[in-house]
Amino acid sequence: MDHTVVVRNMSMTFGGQRALDKVSMSIRRGEVHGLVGQNGCGKSTLIKILSGYHHPDPGGELEIDGQPIKLPVRTGSASDLGLSFVHQDLGLLPSLTVVENFRAWTISTKSEWFIRWNKERERTEEAFARFGLGLDPRAIVGDLPAVQRALLAIVRALDDLAQYTKDDDTRGGLLILDEPTVFLPRTDRDRLFDVVRRSVAQGASVLFVSHDLDEALSVTDRITVLRDGRVAGTVVSADTEKDRLVEMIIGRRLEAFEASHRAHTVADAGHVTVDRVRGGSIENVSFTMDEGEVLGLTGLVGSGFEEIPYLLFGAEPAREGRLTIAGHEYDLARMSPSAAIAAGMALIPADRQGAAGVGSLLVRDNVMLQVIDDYRPYRLDRRRYLKAAREALHQYDVRPPEPIMDFQALSGGNQQKVVLAKWLQAAPRVLLVHEPTQGVDVGARLQVFQTITQAAAEGMSVVCASSDYEQLAAICDRVLVFHGGEIMCTLVGDEITKDRITEQCYMSARTLRPDKNMRMQA
Amino acid sequence: MNQVSPGAAGEMLPPTASEPQHQKKGFSLGDYVERLALVIAWLVVIVVFSILAPDTFFNVRNFTTMFGTQTTLVILALALLIPLTAGDYDISVAATLTMSGMVVAVLNAHHGVPIGAAIAIAIALGALIGFINGFFIIIFEIDAFIVTLGTGTIILGLTLWISASQTVSGVSDWLSSWVVVHRIFGVSYEFYYGLALCILLWYVFDFTAIGRRILFVGRGTNVARLSGIRVGRVRWGCFVAAGIIAAAAGVLYTGTAGASDPTSGQTFLLPAFAAAFLGSTAITPGRFNPWGTFIAVYFLVTGITGLAILGVQTWVQNVFYGGALVVALSLSQIVKKRRERAARL
Repeated sequence: MDHTVVVRNMSMTFGGQRALDKVSMSIRRGEVHGLVGQNGCGKSTLIKILSGYHHPDPGGELEIDGQPIKLPVRTGSASDLGLSFVHQDLGLLPSLTVVENFRAWTISTKSEWFIRWNKERERTEEAFARFGLGLDPRAIVGDLPAVQRALLAIVRALDDLAQYTKDDDTRGGLLILDEPTVFLPRTDRDRLFDVVRRSVAQGASVLFVSHDLDEALSVTDRITVLRDGRVAGTVVSADTEKDRLVEMIIGRRLEAFEASHRAHTVADAGHVTVDRVRGGSIENVSFTMDEGEVLGLTGLVGSGFEEIPYLLFGAEPAREGRLTIAGHEYDLARMSPSAAIAAGMALIPADRQGAAGVGSLLVRDNVMLQVIDDYRPYRLDRRRYLKAAREALHQYDVRPPEPIMDFQALSGGNQQKVVLAKWLQAAPRVLLVHEPTQGVDVGARLQVFQTITQAAAEGMSVVCASSDYEQLAAICDRVLVFHGGEIMCTLVGDEITKDRITEQCYMSARTLRPDKNMRMQA
Repeated sequence: MNQVSPGAAGEMLPPTASEPQHQKKGFSLGDYVERLALVIAWLVVIVVFSILAPDTFFNVRNFTTMFGTQTTLVILALALLIPLTAGDYDISVAATLTMSGMVVAVLNAHHGVPIGAAIAIAIALGALIGFINGFFIIIFEIDAFIVTLGTGTIILGLTLWISASQTVSGVSDWLSSWVVVHRIFGVSYEFYYGLALCILLWYVFDFTAIGRRILFVGRGTNVARLSGIRVGRVRWGCFVAAGIIAAAAGVLYTGTAGASDPTSGQTFLLPAFAAAFLGSTAITPGRFNPWGTFIAVYFLVTGITGLAILGVQTWVQNVFYGGALVVALSLSQIVKKRRERAARL
């Protein structure tokens, strides 16, 4: 069998943890090959090895078009080797025109004295025409609809491959699509798949990374499933059911679960009510929460669940929606962080150094920011201020409990404890957290869990948006699973297990109405 | 990849890591040397010039002159410090200084407005300039550097207009007497005005809640916003404060000379930046701070004075100030990188 890319025994270790464990897989010439698995299964690690970003452990082998490739892959040489990538963010410059984006790399690396833009435009149009697409080369990329931007990125990558396969029939080349459809409306995805199929017909192979199993099954020839850094198996798409794929992803048989979970709603009055919020990729989401409830929000990448905390807090603009906290009603379209704080909310964002705390400032100032006015605005009592900071650090077990050091000098877990201390000191009614234990070590992770459940036990309502299903299972009283900007199902009580949440995230796509218009971005 | 990084991060930084130990108290010998490096450099400069020019440089008169004549620069640098701390450049401060000085002179000498009222008008004008800067920067979200470059140029143009491009003299003696004539310990009053402002800013930055907030806005706009700080208002307020203080510097400048010329104020811009950045490497390294700035001004002035006494030509001033700015920027970058590295270990 003619193989474009063969990977053998590829391993990758990060700080003692195996991210990839002797992974072997092969991609045939002219094949669309799917790569699926949970977050952290090793998909991105594998792709980053191919792009040269990660240096794999010794012993792994990579072969492209029959040629052994020296590892690690030299950064920047991927396109010479016949690998071309389209990442989720597409890598386009939105303020430039189509032709500038299309030819930017080639033009900037060629040593020509004069750029003949007419010729470049023609070339761009030709490339698009080959895939049956008409795209104005003069259009500004930022003005294009999302699907056309994705198409531009893919055709550009294919054009790179064409350079590699030119004049050599033995070469195929591999296009790697790393979840390029996540932000696309479903109806638009077909056009993308059409381009993918045409490219395969022209001799290339495609590695298609996706969370969306329906999509992967419909567009690929074979699918490789990764689980915990190992290959769980490779299947022929046409002969495989989605349930079987979910089993392979999770690593056990599916339980027969009823639709009854889905219809579950909490009927009580609700301490916190969120009514029809729209904004970002969120469409019409409503839910209620009790005092002291920990509510999990989850879903796959692109489902929009992680936007909810920011929309409620006014950190991202909501188009509309109403929020009621203990009888007070707020208009979410006019919410701002300062108003949210006044309303009794606190937000702990996932971006710890960029949004939660300032790395170059002292731990003392970071931890005391929300309560600083208790120290009289015109005369900080520095000794009392420092003492209070130290006490807070002790209370939340920050190590070392030293207020006079830079925030950035703390480990991820201790930074998170500082951020929790900062907000919980202000005693909010509603605590919004996003990926609270990302980049946090195991010990601190448990402490973060304890802190959150303790706060809830004292009556705080907690919204926890996370794609860490184990964490949701550990702390949540109820979990809402999102897909396409909407709540697809609710898990309560015994249903809240890591496996159940994972299943629901992958299965919820099935319930999607085909006619549904889910515009993600302008 | 969530599962990969926690282990790695956890291993890199166990809570008992030995490296941050020296940072723990923040009072090690190395830290002291860093904090006082500028003061030490200043003393070295004094010693060197005293050896080279024992009679002309090393005498009381020279020192009282150095201390007594540089307040305009001190105050302008302190004005600059406020938006810099909030993360914004204000290029218009020197133009504000020039205009304010000219407004006092024109109103008082040409129109017979009482000196007190003229000063009040000049200061109010400074506040207005800061307000206008803030308006464009905050409301239209334009880069502060460019906006203030533009407004600064407008202000200079208007200054030429109101003065008919002429030096205006004949300002009330009262102003000069309160700026340069009266002395305490042989040093003109104006030195103490600079000192007082320095103490005021030190208090605001280090001992008040608003000072903390300005710092958070400058270092982490997003963190500040998500912490409920009204970032726009804080930045806007900083521009107004800078306008007021720069205008006050202009009043003193006119008081120093007893007259005002429509262009020379602009020469303070670069030394003010040099002092602010050089100051950020001292006292509280890595942070713009009033005492560092204060010392930096006198360090620079000592250098310039010493060179002048040795008979070096005036073009050296430009070379010296420009060089100091570049060196100061490099030093402050090194300080920042070092702290980040120490944090990572």
